[in-house]
Amino acid sequence: MIPKRIAGIRFEVLSPREIRKMSVVKIITPETYDDDGFPIEFGLMDPRLGVIDPGLKCRTCGGKAGECPGHFGHIELAAPVIHVGYAKLIARLLNATCSNSECGRILMKNEKRDKFIQRIEERKKLGQDYEDIVKEVFRVTKGVKKCPHCGADQMEVKFEKPTFYYENEHRLTPKDVRERLEKIADEDLPAFGMDPHAVRPEWMVLTVLPVPPVTVRPSIILETGQRSEDDLTHKLVDIIRINQRFMENKEAGAPQLILEDLWELLQYHVTTYLDNEVSGIPPARHRSGRPLKTLAQRLKGKEGRFRGSLSGKRVNFSARTVISPDPNLSINEVGVPQEIAEELTVPIFVTEKNIEEAREFILRDDHPRANYVIREDGRRIRVIETNREELAEKLEPGWIVERQLMDGDIVLFNRQPSLHRMSIMAHYVRVLPYKTFRLNPAVCPPYNADFDGDEMNLHVPQSLEAQAEAKILMAVQEHILSPRFGGPIIGGIHDHISGLYLLTRGEKLFSKAEVMEIIRPLDVVKLPEPKHDGKWSGKQIFSMILPDITIEFKAEICQGCKECKGVDCENDAYVFIKNGELVTGTIDEKAVGAFKGIIIDEIIRKYGNEETRKFIDNMTKLAIKAIMYTGFTVGIDDVDIPKEAREQIEQVILEAEERAWKLIEAYKQGNLEPMPGRSIEETLEMKIMQELGRARDMAGKIAGKYLGMDNAAVIMAVSGARGSMLNLTQMAACIGQQSVRGERIRRGYTYTNRTLSHFKPGDLGPEARGFVKSSYKDGLNPIEFFFHAVGGREGLVDTAVRTSQSGYLQRRLINALQDLKVDYDGTVKEQTSGLLIQFRYGQDGVDPMKSYRGKPVDVVRIIKEVVGSD
Amino acid sequence: MREKYMEIMHDYPFPEYLKKSIADELERIQADEETARKVIERCHEAYLRNLVEPGEAAGIVAAQSIGEPGTQMTMRTFHYAGVAEINVTLGLPRLIEILDVRKNPSTPMMTIKLLPEYAKDREKAREIANRLEATYITDIAEIVTDLRYMRVIVRPDEKALERKSLDREKLKKKIEKSLKIEVEEQNGEFVIQIEEPSYKKLMDTFDRLRRLVVSGIKEIRRVIIRREGDEYVLYTEGSNFKRVMKEKGVDFTRTVTNNIYEIYEVLGIEAARNAVINEAISTLEEQGLEVDRRHIMLVADVMTADGELKQIGRHGIAGEKQSILARAAFEMTVNNLLDAAVKGEFDRLNGITENIIVGQPIKLGTGDVELRVKLFTGGDK
Repeated sequence: MIPKRIAGIRFEVLSPREIRKMSVVKIITPETYDDDGFPIEFGLMDPRLGVIDPGLKCRTCGGKAGECPGHFGHIELAAPVIHVGYAKLIARLLNATCSNSECGRILMKNEKRDKFIQRIEERKKLGQDYEDIVKEVFRVTKGVKKCPHCGADQMEVKFEKPTFYYENEHRLTPKDVRERLEKIADEDLPAFGMDPHAVRPEWMVLTVLPVPPVTVRPSIILETGQRSEDDLTHKLVDIIRINQRFMENKEAGAPQLILEDLWELLQYHVTTYLDNEVSGIPPARHRSGRPLKTLAQRLKGKEGRFRGSLSGKRVNFSARTVISPDPNLSINEVGVPQEIAEELTVPIFVTEKNIEEAREFILRDDHPRANYVIREDGRRIRVIETNREELAEKLEPGWIVERQLMDGDIVLFNRQPSLHRMSIMAHYVRVLPYKTFRLNPAVCPPYNADFDGDEMNLHVPQSLEAQAEAKILMAVQEHILSPRFGGPIIGGIHDHISGLYLLTRGEKLFSKAEVMEIIRPLDVVKLPEPKHDGKWSGKQIFSMILPDITIEFKAEICQGCKECKGVDCENDAYVFIKNGELVTGTIDEKAVGAFKGIIIDEIIRKYGNEETRKFIDNMTKLAIKAIMYTGFTVGIDDVDIPKEAREQIEQVILEAEERAWKLIEAYKQGNLEPMPGRSIEETLEMKIMQELGRARDMAGKIAGKYLGMDNAAVIMAVSGARGSMLNLTQMAACIGQQSVRGERIRRGYTYTNRTLSHFKPGDLGPEARGFVKSSYKDGLNPIEFFFHAVGGREGLVDTAVRTSQSGYLQRRLINALQDLKVDYDGTVKEQTSGLLIQFRYGQDGVDPMKSYRGKPVDVVRIIKEVVGSD
Repeated sequence: MREKYMEIMHDYPFPEYLKKSIADELERIQADEETARKVIERCHEAYLRNLVEPGEAAGIVAAQSIGEPGTQMTMRTFHYAGVAEINVTLGLPRLIEILDVRKNPSTPMMTIKLLPEYAKDREKAREIANRLEATYITDIAEIVTDLRYMRVIVRPDEKALERKSLDREKLKKKIEKSLKIEVEEQNGEFVIQIEEPSYKKLMDTFDRLRRLVVSGIKEIRRVIIRREGDEYVLYTEGSNFKRVMKEKGVDFTRTVTNNIYEIYEVLGIEAARNAVINEAISTLEEQGLEVDRRHIMLVADVMTADGELKQIGRHGIAGEKQSILARAAFEMTVNNLLDAAVKGEFDRLNGITENIIVGQPIKLGTGDVELRVKLFTGGDK
């Protein structure tokens, strides 16, 4: 079946006639319910406007609540009022057309008008914006003093926000305005960018007000039994009250002054009914003082109708809970708590072929059982113990059985913010005990997840098409390569890296029993021959999970020697893998890490997604086993350094401070040479920063030397598992200069020119400007602590500002680019306008995800393969 | 051998730069014809495999690929890589600036290369720098107001004048021209007599003098000369592309500004497109973020598609969408709907947002293809 498509939606302005035509009742009384709680006829809750109470039937269409969409009513306004949304346009029209009540033509000769219309038509045909031409028309006509058609003198109509018009200090009533607008000729409208088929100018002055159906403004019943009406209903009540009073007064022949006041009040209520955030008038408020949410407010903004209910919707069949890691799961699996699995369901569309299977689910009384059955007529029946047998009996093809989620089902897994497509991927379900979602830590990078309390969402696709699409397009292994840069985004993190580093570094040997223990969780079925008289090296163990690849590269721990010794690297930093055998080198972040992982990159290009998935699964399990085998821990004693190192560091810092003071001295005596293009003050600051920065680096080097390469924290830093040498320096040796906006801290007591009252005014010394000598382990003195907090706050503010800014940038980018599509001919086109953007996507037609880090083809590898195979 | 390789590749649909890199690699290993053919054939297979699939939502992927790293960028302005003297906006604010097509970026900057006869000589480079750099009167002279006689006195500093290769005569003419007042010279000082004795007028003149650019280009606030390789290069704070290009000694073919709008005005839309790409890539690269060139190219192409440089956002591409619903869902919901009604606009529901709103499948990716099944009608077999 080809689904029906809506061809399009036309937007027009409602005419008074149309409003009356679609109305089912003329609302005349502001009362809503009588004393017994029944809706009053001809009131705002008239039963003909639709139903909201369950059980009642609509007096217009006979539908029940939920079936009846509701029906419009109308209010006959006692006097015309301006529509705020069009107030500005009305003002422009008044100035652009003849004020003579006989004429009303555009203030421009017909030929000239036609030229403008023609230009607008051309732009329209090209799908371009013609707002500037319309503006020109209004500009040209505004200055005209005499009507070229009837010769009447024109006076400028002054517009005062929000809805007032003055001509010659004399106020134009909406009635006057409407009369003038009525005279504007249909033929002139296109020059103003208006479509005569869609709108008549006088419709922008309201004489009849449509009353939305009750379904649009349902009242809620509070716990006290009281009815609480919707904001729109409140506003409509106000309008009707004033409308009635105006009518009564008019009939009674009240003085003009009173009538005008009432008219203005009516205008106010209609204005705020349409938009309660109009500038120039106070917003209408609820009794509690809260501004009312009227029509415009319902549509606008993030939680408004468009962004909140139409572009984005809330869904069923979803779950959310805290996440936690489980390296024993495959990367394309997700552990789902039993409780959640029992609540979420997957539909089985019953046919002759699967009716027995479906029946079994209905009859079961524990975990994967049916929660509901849906009959052919759409009735949903909960499967409970008492009706189980009966339903199984009645079951027939065409019914839908909603069975509980179970192992092997496909689900979508998501973590907000969903910044890229890897934020929602499809996983296979594993129903597990406890209450958290479990995932393999290797998939943390694409979700940008960690386990410090993060929560994630899970969605169950409900149609076979959706399930198939999820499996084929959204499964985790389909997203190992990121389309952002054409490299792997899934890979080892933290312990995976330190684990493999420990395993493969040097020539560690393992006995058979040890090897068996380590490789037990892997799907390695055959143990290779031991290479080191009856024992296996760590490199050999790692080779067991490697497919047949040949590759060489420098590891993360590479020191960047001047001359690379290749496989003879003393540091074991040159990785050489030959035919799936790790010959030399240490496995670290560069080999298997997310974003970098050269081995992962190689495997996925050579063997594809499924093989890579298996490798990552094995790799994570192996790494965890390996790290558990050697044991790995970091404590505060890891940053202990010997006394001589501390003395050296102290010395270095002292010297640096002395040099800084010398610079300050030179500056004060005016002996400091400014750097080109900088003032003396800036030069001084830069030089001091340099000096102190160097001191910290030196301190770090000294500390690093004494910490040694076997230190757990150092292992993590050099292998790229977590942290950096800078972090270690700060913990062990010296925290260094704190800065705000890249400068030393200098704000504080501005009037005495010092940062804290502990210093003399104008003190430029390192201590007074936020240099922190201590290390985190030593602890900071109160002054240092304060400066550290100052520097730390900048980081916090930065993050807060950045998230909102980049969020908005992303929204704009998505909005600008969302309709682009690569066509069958390889061009990129904008779908709504058909505008051609690129003749060939990216000039070479290559998918960035499939590209080799941007290159269309990995020539080097192909050559290696060809030459190697000869 | 290279020609041979190129000849073999002649009929393959490779982009030019790929051909070059294949030839380079083949040359490196000194491949014979047979291996070359094999390699090229394999490359062709790989190339075809790596092409984008029709229906791909290229735009959304590009938007995500640029937006996602945005969260990892810094907000601070840093010193320009290499030139410590010039501050340049970097990171997220700069990226936003580029995509917003700001006419006045916060830190305009130019890199000026010189013609060979000037590039090698520091003195000549200095001379050009002097011609470019905006010199204010305050840089070369002292200005004093004399309340008693209602006049402004300018005392030129001979040394500074010389440094800027100016002389008193030129200075005098410049002042006269800009103030349209006769300037008297009294023992080495320029005296500017105010016509009517009004304090306001005096201060006005004083202010105008202070802002007077004696020589150079107003926008170029500072010029820094640096030696790069075997030539001198000028870096400027502030930018006026048009005037600098016209300056004698400037090699305008290698001179760039980071003000994209200026490039658009001076060199046209194609140059603007390249400028957007280059600026965006260098901004991202500087932050250590890897983003494929193709994504940025797509954004630049959208911004420049109809010959006008349009921003990403309300006043540009998103604001000119054909669909009313898409525009309403983006920003300025109510105004878009009201305007659409007056214009009698028709939404054809071709885009993404519109179809999401009305609840139809979108025409992208799997939503764009239709499947028809030919039913098997030939009895049971």
